[in-house]
Amino acid sequence: MKLLDQLQFNRQLFARHRVRTGLLLLAVGIGVASVIMLSSLGEGARRYVDREFSALGNMLLIMMPGRKETTGGHPPLYGSTPRDLTLDDARALSRIPAIEAIAPVIAGTALVSQQSRSREAILVGTTPEFFQVRQLNVARGSALPERTNTDAMPVCVLGAKLKQELFGSRRAIGEWVRVGDRRMRVIGVLEERGESLGMDLRDLVIVPVRTAEQIYNTQGLFRVLMELSPGADFRHVEERVREIIRDRHEGEDDVTIISQDSVLAAFNNILTTLTLAIAAIAAVSLLVAGILIMNISLISVSQRRQEIGLLKAIGASRRQVHQLFLGESLILVSTGCVCGIAFAWISISIVARLWPSFPLAAPWWAVPAAVFTALLSGLVFSLIPARRAASLDPVLALRGSA
Amino acid sequence: MIELKDLNKTYQVGGEPLRALREINLTVDSGDYLSVMGPSGSGKSTLLNMIGLLDRPDSGSYLLDGVQTENLKEEARARLRGENIGFVFQAFHLISRLTAYENIELPLMLSGVPIRSRRQQVNTVLEQVGLGNWASHRPNQLSGGQLQRVAIARAILMKPRILLADEPTGNLDQTSGRDVLAVLEDLNREGITLMMVTHDAALGERAPRQIKMIDGAIVSDSRRERGDRGEHREIAGSTSV
Repeated sequence: MKLLDQLQFNRQLFARHRVRTGLLLLAVGIGVASVIMLSSLGEGARRYVDREFSALGNMLLIMMPGRKETTGGHPPLYGSTPRDLTLDDARALSRIPAIEAIAPVIAGTALVSQQSRSREAILVGTTPEFFQVRQLNVARGSALPERTNTDAMPVCVLGAKLKQELFGSRRAIGEWVRVGDRRMRVIGVLEERGESLGMDLRDLVIVPVRTAEQIYNTQGLFRVLMELSPGADFRHVEERVREIIRDRHEGEDDVTIISQDSVLAAFNNILTTLTLAIAAIAAVSLLVAGILIMNISLISVSQRRQEIGLLKAIGASRRQVHQLFLGESLILVSTGCVCGIAFAWISISIVARLWPSFPLAAPWWAVPAAVFTALLSGLVFSLIPARRAASLDPVLALRGSA
Repeated sequence: MIELKDLNKTYQVGGEPLRALREINLTVDSGDYLSVMGPSGSGKSTLLNMIGLLDRPDSGSYLLDGVQTENLKEEARARLRGENIGFVFQAFHLISRLTAYENIELPLMLSGVPIRSRRQQVNTVLEQVGLGNWASHRPNQLSGGQLQRVAIARAILMKPRILLADEPTGNLDQTSGRDVLAVLEDLNREGITLMMVTHDAALGERAPRQIKMIDGAIVSDSRRERGDRGEHREIAGSTSV
């Protein structure tokens, strides 16, 4: 039998059973569309994170005090260390030529108040280079002055939201606010910007690192952020950093160093796995569609017993009957796939238009995976009906009885 | 061309064995016209299905054109059936979603003949059964007699040498029945071997050779030479009833 004939034969069948055909197409279409759409959500999340990280510039090394290691007894924790990471440590690191900018950070929370208004805010004590490393810009006023590298000046830069809450639309530059129990002059307001690396930059108060040392009465740094010069070798720089820390910490490099690349890679891994998992869950709907195809095909086989008997009487072999029924499912599933892909594509482009900031896009494997799963499920689940049709006894089938 | 020897077939009906065919011995020559008569349940249709390779005997042998058929694989039997045998059924068995043309075309389609070369063959048989103008009608737009003629057209499309008709006029009124019979007998005159199952005695007697069956056994096989009233010959050793 020619392929064209099979297509024609099945087309006539589908035209005759419009409702049945429509429902099966719907089932397959929904399955395929949900695999594509859900996996594109996951992929969108991955791209979003990727974009956020890249916005920071990807030549960032982050050093934290303490070593991440398995010490026995407890599950892996950040190993505690008796030695703080200090401002002097950070300053010593600036000897490394590949480090372009270095920003020590002391972080904590502080109550920031202005007249009768007060807000709990995240306090970051750092140096002017922090603005370069985190790519922050001030909307009004200025960033921390150079002198704050060494001096505990009573000045601060406010996040946009914090400024709004404390001052409303009034001018904040030059005004005094109380941070903890100290008075500080507002010298700048940060540009409006969303969350970055899990920190709400709009809710931030930035003060000189020396000032933060006094506020929290500690020498211990929370982080040291290092921006490397373009083309620098991460591993080499990390080695040098560890050497210097070892010299200064009695032979122990008790710090944890992570590069932005490694964080990004970890995120990528997690989100890709998550996307695959979501797609697999969506693929269950294709399994359901397959079972539906099997049920309906079984009904179809018993309704078309006489037709099958007749086909055999006029010379159709088992193989041909088998082929006719398998072909019927495959044609249905293929058409369903096309409908599903079209639907998913339209939906994704609509959503992408409505929320342009979220980079929604189907990963490259979504369409092949969905189509493959649909075809496989259609094939597997129509094997039983097709075999039943092929093995029908033509004599009994023609008589229309069991 | 058809040679049945000691053919037996038993069905299980409700746990009880039912002997549908007992020790059938039958030889049919090319161009024969024979009718098979008998009460219902006497095994007429089973015999027809057996000859049409739709059914397999439990024992005995069936030679079709010298080919031993009972041990052939299903695929080979399907091919043999498609090439040599045409079926006409009491219930027509046309596919309702297809037009007359498409119904007739099915055997050619199954055997993989290209679409272009089919048209002429289909139109030829349509003319042959007198339905040249009805090609694009669906079964529900045709009368009973026309439906059976479509079925006959389908049966003879592959130029089979044997035409097996199971109560071909059973669902038809007298006029249509006579038309259909005329078509079948015309085909026989042109050389096709016609074997017709019927329980209508008047119809059966038109055939030059008449077989009577009771309880799965052939009880009489009479041949009438053209023009004479026919000799009647009891089958020796048949233990009927």
